[in-house]
Amino acid sequence: MKKSFLFISCDEAKHICDKAQYDEASTWEQFKLRLRLMYCNISKKYSSNNTKLSQTIEKSKVQCLKTDELNKLQSQFDKELAKQQQD
Amino acid sequence: MPKHTIDPNNWVKLYSDYLFNYTITRVNDREIAQDLISETFLAGLKSMKNFKGEASERTWLISILKRKIIDHYRKINSNKGKAEVRMTYNSDTDTEGDWLEERVADSTVKTAEDTLVNSELGDAIYNCLGKLPEKQADVFKMKTILGYDTETICNDLDITASNLWVIIHRARTALAECMQDNWYK
Repeated sequence: MKKSFLFISCDEAKHICDKAQYDEASTWEQFKLRLRLMYCNISKKYSSNNTKLSQTIEKSKVQCLKTDELNKLQSQFDKELAKQQQD
Repeated sequence: MPKHTIDPNNWVKLYSDYLFNYTITRVNDREIAQDLISETFLAGLKSMKNFKGEASERTWLISILKRKIIDHYRKINSNKGKAEVRMTYNSDTDTEGDWLEERVADSTVKTAEDTLVNSELGDAIYNCLGKLPEKQADVFKMKTILGYDTETICNDLDITASNLWVIIHRARTALAECMQDNWYK
């Protein structure tokens, strides 16, 4: 099937919606998404849940360890674990 | 028979982020939070034989961490006790009246209630993240919580950008559903 330059599929809309949560959707993509949201309830529901999730995470100010911090913690712990297993 | 078993080999992978989020909201310093988590794991390792299996590993580790946080504050406060607290209301006419402004409640300061809600919300998010497959949780955390860009994550995890978006999509769908059942309701 030929891909329309203006009308997008539900899956494509979901993909653009995901990218939009990270400000990675282009203006043109956002336009196509908005157009889809006008007539597709599934996309609309997905978009609403997705936005709600982003807002919740933003509000929670939840934090986690950076990759290097996690690696450091893991190597420190591995050393102690090895010592413990030797004893 | 104990309901839960203990396996320290997976502690860092499974609980570090949860413990870190718990600690950082209480000590507000990344370095100190990491030290406290490290101490918690070590203490857990040393007292593994005391684990009765009545609570989950995570709950057990949190109970150790709570004590570490209290000890940390005790230490700080005993140091503070030695210092003299001085408050200067200076008599300089140019700055007269400034003290009043300094003492007005700052509306941006979080109340205890805000902190509690955030802490509970953080727990709910981590509970839902814990239900995701490991790779999905990792990618989601890197992209959403740490704010890494797509290229960095793809290089770190050796995946393509389209792979990343598929993983993100699955993680977001599962998380939204889990949060719907456990938090929004």
